[in-house]
Amino acid sequence: MSQNVLDDSRSVEATKKVIPKLIAIWIVTSLIGSLLVWFVLGPHLPPGTMTDQAAGAQFDIRFVSTLVPPVLFFIWIFFGYSLIKWRVKPGEDPLAPAADFRGNSKTQGAWYIITTVLVLFLAAFGTYFLVVPAGAGGGEGPNPIWTPGTKNMLQVQVIAQQWRFTYRWPQFGGMETTSIYLPVNTEIQFNVTSLDVIHDFWAYQLGVKADANPDVNNVAFTKTQQLGRFTVRCDELCGVWHGAMYNYGYVVSQAQFQQWATQMEAQNAAVTKLLPKYSTTYTPSYAGNGGGYYPPQDPNANL
Amino acid sequence: MVAGFAVALALVVYGVVGWLLHKPPTISAQPSSTPGVVNVSLQIDGAVGTGPHPGWVGYRVQNASGQWIQTTVIQLPAHSDVHFTVYQYDSGSGFRNPVWDQVAGTVGGVAYLNGKPATYFNDQVGNGIGHSFNVPALGINVPFAGVNGNASNFCNAGPCTMSELHNTITFDIHTGNPGSFRWQCFVPCGLGYLNGNGGPMTTVGYMGGFLKVVA
Repeated sequence: MSQNVLDDSRSVEATKKVIPKLIAIWIVTSLIGSLLVWFVLGPHLPPGTMTDQAAGAQFDIRFVSTLVPPVLFFIWIFFGYSLIKWRVKPGEDPLAPAADFRGNSKTQGAWYIITTVLVLFLAAFGTYFLVVPAGAGGGEGPNPIWTPGTKNMLQVQVIAQQWRFTYRWPQFGGMETTSIYLPVNTEIQFNVTSLDVIHDFWAYQLGVKADANPDVNNVAFTKTQQLGRFTVRCDELCGVWHGAMYNYGYVVSQAQFQQWATQMEAQNAAVTKLLPKYSTTYTPSYAGNGGGYYPPQDPNANL
Repeated sequence: MVAGFAVALALVVYGVVGWLLHKPPTISAQPSSTPGVVNVSLQIDGAVGTGPHPGWVGYRVQNASGQWIQTTVIQLPAHSDVHFTVYQYDSGSGFRNPVWDQVAGTVGGVAYLNGKPATYFNDQVGNGIGHSFNVPALGINVPFAGVNGNASNFCNAGPCTMSELHNTITFDIHTGNPGSFRWQCFVPCGLGYLNGNGGPMTTVGYMGGFLKVVA
């Protein structure tokens, strides 16, 4: 016959005496873990600090990662204690150890409150840090509602097509380049569009990510604050060469940028004259370029 | 009965494995009379005329025996000058983005159309641009002017011959370190496919391939 009564060492009274010790262990381990995450791991978390938006994203990840050790150690410590102390012994009723917790309204209430507060806090935190840094580097569509405080921005148009990105510079005579250089300490507005299928402009170290849709201008903002190289990748599966659709860009000093832009403007002057007038979107079939390749049912074919 | 099934199964397996393992051949650049310089000769056919997709547009590369092999995988020596001669037999149209009119990444930033040098080719004049040779990682872009598709000596199926209407484009590049570099055409020439970018545009051996630069 099984035992329904637990021995004294596992009584409710004995457990209550252990709880303060467990909480002390939890606080110490959580503190050590969180400090390690914040100060040791934190500065190395992606996407770095090349722009204001990237630094913001890194702060978000760093902060949320710092919350992980308390949760993790809470589960590990109490799980470990339970495994050792509350393990069912031969002849015991397997349900007996849980009997004192079943229907315990304080435990249930604490669980509901703690998890609800945690989830709502994270939702508010995420929303705040999406809105305040001008959309946090994400594409906001043609009419962005979260904009930087200044109107003095460098305009960079990102034009995607199967399978390369090119960049157009309306403030530099509308020239178009296959490389991208950005000046440091500058507010930048990316206008992202596509000439064919859906692509995605993901400038990883800049903390910028915006879908490139045909006939749509998708606006994203960032502010450069650190020199260095960044990677641009397409992040929407756009065909067989999708994996090869990437290039590298550079954040350089303002003087170096001016020198580069001036040189590119002169070098590309002849072809700039052949480009269509600068616009936020381009539909190749409108201009007839490649028009013969559009099927008759293409809604753009007759425009 | 069992033997027949086994034979059929073997044929299916052979076909599937063969299809999976099939890849266009690699053709090496040919030595030239100038030390340190190698030659690559290409032709572009509006319809390759052979293989599983005879109606697809495609490139051919000339091998050491002078044969035109349908492929887009070319082996080049590292740190060398490479002289390209391209015989362009196809008619032309426009780029989806005219920025590809620019000649880039070649020696001197120039290409020669029938012997005449140019730093860009306007895709909206004449017969437009037939095809292009673009190597993103090396910054190379060369557009190839199209020919009159209504001409009586227009080449309808490859391999085309010198007596048929063509443009000859030449340019030089200098290779760097070894590596495999993808290249593609930027004219949307995949007729009948979405945005003109399917079919031959997405198949190695037709309008895209690799430059294999070896030590």
